[in-house]
Amino acid sequence: MNTTLRNTALALATLATVAGCAGGRPSAEQQAAYDRDTADVMARSFREQGIVKTDRLQQDEVMTACSKHGHHIEDALRDRIQESAMAGIRWPSDGNYLGDWKEGEKIAQSGRGLTWSDKPGDPNGGNCYNCHRITKKEISFGTIGPSLYQYGKLHGNTEATQKYVWGKIWNPNAYTACTNMPRFGAHAILDEKQIRHIVALLLDPKSPVNAE
Amino acid sequence: MKGTRFAACVTASALALTLTPLISPAFADATAEGIARYREALADGNPAELWEMQGEELWRTARGPKNATLEKCDLGQGPGVVKGAFVTLPRYFADTKRVQDLESRLLSCMETLQGIPAAEVAKTPFGKGEQKNIEALVAWISAESRGMKFNLPMSHPEEKRMYEIGKRAFNYRGGTHDFGCVTCHGEDGKRIRLQDLPNLTKGPDAARGFGAWPAYRVSSGELWSMQRRLNDCFRQQRFPYPLYGSEVTIALSTYLGVTANGAGESTAPSIKR
Repeated sequence: MNTTLRNTALALATLATVAGCAGGRPSAEQQAAYDRDTADVMARSFREQGIVKTDRLQQDEVMTACSKHGHHIEDALRDRIQESAMAGIRWPSDGNYLGDWKEGEKIAQSGRGLTWSDKPGDPNGGNCYNCHRITKKEISFGTIGPSLYQYGKLHGNTEATQKYVWGKIWNPNAYTACTNMPRFGAHAILDEKQIRHIVALLLDPKSPVNAE
Repeated sequence: MKGTRFAACVTASALALTLTPLISPAFADATAEGIARYREALADGNPAELWEMQGEELWRTARGPKNATLEKCDLGQGPGVVKGAFVTLPRYFADTKRVQDLESRLLSCMETLQGIPAAEVAKTPFGKGEQKNIEALVAWISAESRGMKFNLPMSHPEEKRMYEIGKRAFNYRGGTHDFGCVTCHGEDGKRIRLQDLPNLTKGPDAARGFGAWPAYRVSSGELWSMQRRLNDCFRQQRFPYPLYGSEVTIALSTYLGVTANGAGESTAPSIKR
């Protein structure tokens, strides 16, 4: 009984210290301590496997900010992320944005690449259908991103649209900071040629995205 | 009886699979309806029962260098109490001085009671050796809490700390694709391909999602524990390999379980595509 009481008192005292007596919500110092603990836990909890090394856990400014704030990011930080992303976009070396929509469809279907079960040298897919509706024919599409069906028909196959689609695939943070969409060009998930094919899938009038 | 139900399930699932491609692609509603019918067919007769039976037997079987059963294992409700334990895990354990989920707790019990080295089991690949026994045990132990509401304790400072770390790990974006758990599980009513994604930041969906694992997976014919579920989530996030029973996995389960508290009932072991 005595031990139980002592343990309870001890636990309450620890709890009071931990919670900073703030009555539920942890104090700013406590939040910072949890942030540090999380960094330590992340560093201790993973090992490398196959092609994936533990450096994948390292966060750049964008990842750190988006992990902390989600979509509720303050204006100044949002502007900084978007401006820096825009400045880093590499535009097509030959000025040509449009590739082959048939190749683009294959890339959009493929979810392969960069996991520890993928082999080195395997071409990466774009995972596009995981999150977007794209063609009328493919009914197995996700809804995390907006529908892209008839994208070219709705926006026009102009150079301005081509440039926007290219930039969005290269680094979507240039237009929407902390978007769910990966930075396909900036993180070398897809190469220039592959991005050209996806731009064609969305904008070529002959692509089933626009023709069907 | 169980065999008949299993056979009925396989037939019904095969039927649903055959029917799905016939649904007119033009109507998203028809797609959703097809998925719902397939799920219904799946739920009728769950092969996880086979793992449950094995798990109950394993619990009472003397094994390991100490030739002992797990019947004195304390899952948080007192030695040997299994009913209701699953819906209170992860929680703090005074003897190990840390928060443990069901699987890391089982490792402790196997080591202390049976003399089976926990580190060895943790290094064993899923679906092999002692990991197969863990799968059977978690199937039975979770089934003993089926229909109960989640009720994880949050009174110990360590439980609170693991919850806070879990919340941060859930939102931690990294890797080549900037993915975190939150990318797929942070909004209501989303899908990846045709797969519904629970919003694990809210109570009812957290209970529905977290409360469905362990689960029998039709696609692989295996029983997946929560550790294995999280492991494959991290693989798809393009993250490195989470160690079995590591702090990040326990912290995430604490966050999900506490979020599910009072909001819904455990359905584990469920059946999944």
